[in-house]
Amino acid sequence: MKSLGSIRRDFAPWNDPKAKPYIQFDNVTKKFGDFTAVNNLSLTIFEREFFALLGASGCGKSTLLRMLAGFEEPTAGRILLDGQDLRGIPPYRRPVNMMFQSYALFPHMTVENNIAFGLKQDGMPKPEIAARVGEMLKLVKLEQFAKRKPHQLSGGQRQRVALARSVAKRPKVLLLDEPLGALDKKLREETQFELMDLQQSLGLTFVVVTHDQEEAMTMADRIAIIDKGEVMQVATPAEVYEAPGSRFVAGFVGNVNMFEGKIARGDAGAASIDTGNGITIRTENAGNAATGAAVAFAIRPEKIKVSSKKPAGAVNAIEGEVYDIAYLGDMTVYHVRLDGGHVVRASTMNAERITEDPLSWNDRAWVSFRPDAGVVLTR
Amino acid sequence: MNPTWSRFNITSIVLGFAFLYLPIVLLVVFSFNESKLVTVWGGFSTKWYVSLFHNQGLMDATWVTARVAVISATVATVLGTLAALTLTRYTRFKGRMLFSGMVFAPLVMPEVITGLSLLLLFVAVGLDRGFLTVTLAHITLTMCFVAVVVQSRLMTFDRSLEEAAMDLGAPPVKTFFQITLPVIMPAIVSGWMLAFTLSLDDLVIASFTSGPGATTLPMKIYSQVRLGVTPEINAACTILIAVVAVGVIIASLANKRREVQRQRDEQAAQRG
Repeated sequence: MKSLGSIRRDFAPWNDPKAKPYIQFDNVTKKFGDFTAVNNLSLTIFEREFFALLGASGCGKSTLLRMLAGFEEPTAGRILLDGQDLRGIPPYRRPVNMMFQSYALFPHMTVENNIAFGLKQDGMPKPEIAARVGEMLKLVKLEQFAKRKPHQLSGGQRQRVALARSVAKRPKVLLLDEPLGALDKKLREETQFELMDLQQSLGLTFVVVTHDQEEAMTMADRIAIIDKGEVMQVATPAEVYEAPGSRFVAGFVGNVNMFEGKIARGDAGAASIDTGNGITIRTENAGNAATGAAVAFAIRPEKIKVSSKKPAGAVNAIEGEVYDIAYLGDMTVYHVRLDGGHVVRASTMNAERITEDPLSWNDRAWVSFRPDAGVVLTR
Repeated sequence: MNPTWSRFNITSIVLGFAFLYLPIVLLVVFSFNESKLVTVWGGFSTKWYVSLFHNQGLMDATWVTARVAVISATVATVLGTLAALTLTRYTRFKGRMLFSGMVFAPLVMPEVITGLSLLLLFVAVGLDRGFLTVTLAHITLTMCFVAVVVQSRLMTFDRSLEEAAMDLGAPPVKTFFQITLPVIMPAIVSGWMLAFTLSLDDLVIASFTSGPGATTLPMKIYSQVRLGVTPEINAACTILIAVVAVGVIIASLANKRREVQRQRDEQAAQRG
């Protein structure tokens, strides 16, 4: 069976027309003075989904999160949670909890009391609070730090306290604002998997805001790519990467080679794209782009092969000169200047220790790819 | 830095400290003088301290001063904190610049003017001058100092702490008392101490606004000095200096200890 990307998951309520949306942004606009942070945006998020809002800083993704938490009210439009309109409900009465980017741990309280804070607000009986706090401490493996104050903890420990505090109340939705932003790279990778496990075991709906595409790709069921307060695309990580909906998305997530050109001949999805400088690309993924339409052909570097001789039977093979080589250990990145002037980035996994066809700077080389390897973008 | 004690360094330090402390040292030394003459050393004695405690006028004045200082510092701390909160939180209301300017103007206002205007006000509204008027005047004087101290703390206060508390279900009032207030408490305490000290040693405003039966210690000392300095006054001043010095030393030691402890904790946390 064929599938886009490498993974298939059973969880896909967004493909089920009968599935009830859990969180709905309904034509939401938020203005700060003259500045429009969120512009007429609509989104649906499903129960138990791990949903990521991905975008550059200042794109409005944090504003979306803060509107969900109740710290900001939309200027127009409405936000529904489980069918209930959230307008006018203050943050302290919303069934959502947030993990803050700065963690916002209460400095004058011990780890224990930080975690118990939300439970006390609900008037939970003391023995139950103690039991829940113990459970949370165990969940984040901080049992022996219960009596410490936040400043007596390392960055990673603080992050886990913040997490424990925000899930202690078993909220319907957990909002995470750049949850791993302050951690170093190694810790961040470990924590990504911990967060996914936590979400699975608690069965909560997670909405995470991040500017780190790798983080979003790793953790999320679906990603919404936000730019200038608008949704560019909502899709699974594999779709976002392998079938980006626009030039912006293709360029924003991962590396990409983009060829601008015109559709030369279109029949049943297959087409040629004439890039106007002697290069014609044959693709099977033209969709319903009309003949003569101005399009971009986008292809990921790892889908391009570089070889010193023209590969036999290749549909797309273009000659050029090796311009740069970066050896990264697990893979090698080639920059090849095509004879038409384009510089193409191609990456090859170093699956073998010995290379049969070594290439060097300024060597003549051929880049080749299959007709289904790239996508045609009309937007 | 040059570690050697050059002649220039020694001269500067001696001159500097002499300027700062010579008058105080003289005062302290002569408070232990046997002789009644202030400028003539007649041998060591503590008799002026004993007679000080039998001087009913001075003791009354001390009691008045203490009460005025505690009450006015407390009220000024509440008002000053509220002003600071408003000024840092509601940054977009109309006339904020004017308001903040007006809160802080008394900082640089000559005390004579503050005193005189308060006197005129009290006379105009028909308030008899006494304990109440001095206290009110001192609240006016010290409130802005508290506001400055608390405001500078609030500037660096992480608002997401309050948001986190509200997010976890605490309504705004509860959030204020459980999160904001405990976190800014050190600033409020130092604001209170500043207000207390200012009220303690104020002479000018007290002279304008006080009435019979509410003579403060600085007023009493000043009026006695005009009749001639007695070693008793020296003794009273020495006690005042001792009280202030002990307070300052305790506060800075506590501060230092907390800082050291904090650094040790943070290093321990870094090591995991």
